[in-house]
Amino acid sequence: MPHNTNVVSLVSVGRHPQSGRSRRADQDGRAVELGLKLANKALTVVHAGNAEEPVLRQYAGMGLPSLTVLAQKSDCDALPVLVAFLQENEASLVLTGVRAENGESSGMLPYLLAEQLGWPLVPRVADILSINEGEAEVLLALPRGQLRALTVKLPFIASVDNAAQEARQTAFGPGLRAELKIVDVDSVVDAVASQWQLSVAKPRPKRLKVVKAKTAADRMKAATAKPVGGGGKVMKNETSSEKAHAIFDLLLEEKVVR
Amino acid sequence: MSDFSSGRFSSGNELRRDPRAEWIARNRLHPLHKDTLLAGNAEVRGPSGLLRKNPHVVGFIGPNGIKRIDRINAVSGATTGKKRTSEVQTVQLPLHIVENPDFYIMVVADMVGGRLTSHDKDILGLAHQLVAEPLPEKQSGAVVLVCFGESKETQFDLAGVDRIIHLAGEAFEGFSPENRLAALEQIEAQYQPKYWLFPDSIHGGTDLACRLAARLGERLAAQAWQVKGTETISRCSSGSQDILRDTPRILTLMEECAEAVDETRHQALPLSLSLESMAQIDCRLLDKGQIAVDSNAVPLAEAEFILSAGNGIHNWDQFHATAAALGATEGASRVAVDDGFMPRSRQVGASGTWVTARVYLAVGISGAIQHMQGIGQCDKVVAINTDAGCDMVKRADLAVIADSEAILEELAKLAQQYALSKRQGEKSDAA
Repeated sequence: MPHNTNVVSLVSVGRHPQSGRSRRADQDGRAVELGLKLANKALTVVHAGNAEEPVLRQYAGMGLPSLTVLAQKSDCDALPVLVAFLQENEASLVLTGVRAENGESSGMLPYLLAEQLGWPLVPRVADILSINEGEAEVLLALPRGQLRALTVKLPFIASVDNAAQEARQTAFGPGLRAELKIVDVDSVVDAVASQWQLSVAKPRPKRLKVVKAKTAADRMKAATAKPVGGGGKVMKNETSSEKAHAIFDLLLEEKVVR
Repeated sequence: MSDFSSGRFSSGNELRRDPRAEWIARNRLHPLHKDTLLAGNAEVRGPSGLLRKNPHVVGFIGPNGIKRIDRINAVSGATTGKKRTSEVQTVQLPLHIVENPDFYIMVVADMVGGRLTSHDKDILGLAHQLVAEPLPEKQSGAVVLVCFGESKETQFDLAGVDRIIHLAGEAFEGFSPENRLAALEQIEAQYQPKYWLFPDSIHGGTDLACRLAARLGERLAAQAWQVKGTETISRCSSGSQDILRDTPRILTLMEECAEAVDETRHQALPLSLSLESMAQIDCRLLDKGQIAVDSNAVPLAEAEFILSAGNGIHNWDQFHATAAALGATEGASRVAVDDGFMPRSRQVGASGTWVTARVYLAVGISGAIQHMQGIGQCDKVVAINTDAGCDMVKRADLAVIADSEAILEELAKLAQQYALSKRQGEKSDAA
């Protein structure tokens, strides 16, 4: 790990999926974990929001000596203050979660940061294997548990997927003793978001299986029939090598054999 | 009667009535009555022009000598079953034609495995709802599908695609968000679409939408699930709250946000796109390809390719070796688990795991209904079985009637050959 890489992890206040209480956000915790792996004690952890928030101590309890808070109100836009902070501190690698657990949770923050700073964005990182001579070797998490390797030059922004290393346990005492560096910033109120109407999420209507049958007999058939795919190819009298070839060709065509 | 003015009489070739034949057809005592009935088999019209049915020629004589009228076509349907199904398949849906559209709605599809997903189809359905919204001045809109990479989809017209922009080629293969974003920017410049709709999915839809929104400086609505022309409801705070807001230009939509199109056919005409400025893109993310992962470490529910074993497997070592050679995740039927050959965590179906594999290779599984429920979401099912009449063979897209041992041996051989040839190819590339 070269000394000139300045790793920054951005953290937010999470929301417990069952109780709804604030907690350490899952993906942000993983971002801090990945940052600790890359930079160890040199990692900078930044939160834009309320400095009094007790959840910040949970992040600090992961073994951070200090935590930077860009103090602003909850209805303010985090983007301009973060851009200013990152430019000032000459960050070279920024780690975030994919999508916040509270607020708008559009997942746009890393993209907007990347656009404003002019850096590339690596979405859904599972791991950063190494950083050598300003080039990072990154593993992307793909759907269905697959991985993709990627190289990208520093500086860049990475959003950390759930497939990354799980966040370590937090320690209460060290969390309390950690230093909070509170920075006063000129914050901008998010005017667009203040016009939105928020409500408790309505359960979405379940999709009904509508049977478009003309007669009662057709409806009965649709309700009782077993799910049967129509018209598959059946191979009966070929040699076993021909049959195996047919199967293998299908697997290649579907690109499941690599 | 209005029948005379209806379609069949007013249409091009006029049907001339024969009053004498009609009179004979009505008169059962006429010596020519039977012949006219047989000749004019199709339909008989009464003096007022009404269609008359002859109840004496309807139906058939049942086995006990009593006349039966088969109103639901059950018997004739059963005897000529194949004929009937082929007729059902050839029903032509009405064609929805859009000429010179005033605006476009772009739908950027995931196309997982080269085919439209159900999520993509729902979004196409939503796009048609947005097109159909009443506007102050009468305008017609076209739904444009934007898709990248290789396509195996054959039913774009039935999914509701009026126009299509298909971008294939080396630049868009694999992981290429920068090139794709450049293409989307080009589309934006050329067509100024009214809406950009993306699936809110982990298959790349969200990523592209965020990139486009950041580049165009628009504020997108993420996780939208109810979209009207003016207002949108979207989920936020990890699904615990709804936001009601004005509909933005760029939306990422949740699954089942609308019903898919199923009553019309669409044109699916290709739309031109000039990609001259594409060459100047310098890719900062260099794709090194996918990495081999331990296929058995992938959770069964989300595995892409499952090799599943049932009662028809006798050589279990060979089965495990074949699964490893093919790189498949192992699954099992209830019998194989109960007999102790596979762990309970590998069971597919009811009381096991409901799988979502793209390819499901069932070896020696005849397909109990509990098992078939578990593989309901699989795209392609391949069956290897000795019984040609079992349910799994009926469900399968490709069924092989043979003993599993011989086929698995051949498959393992083929997989090893393929891996060897690929490795040699890589070596010769490197040299």
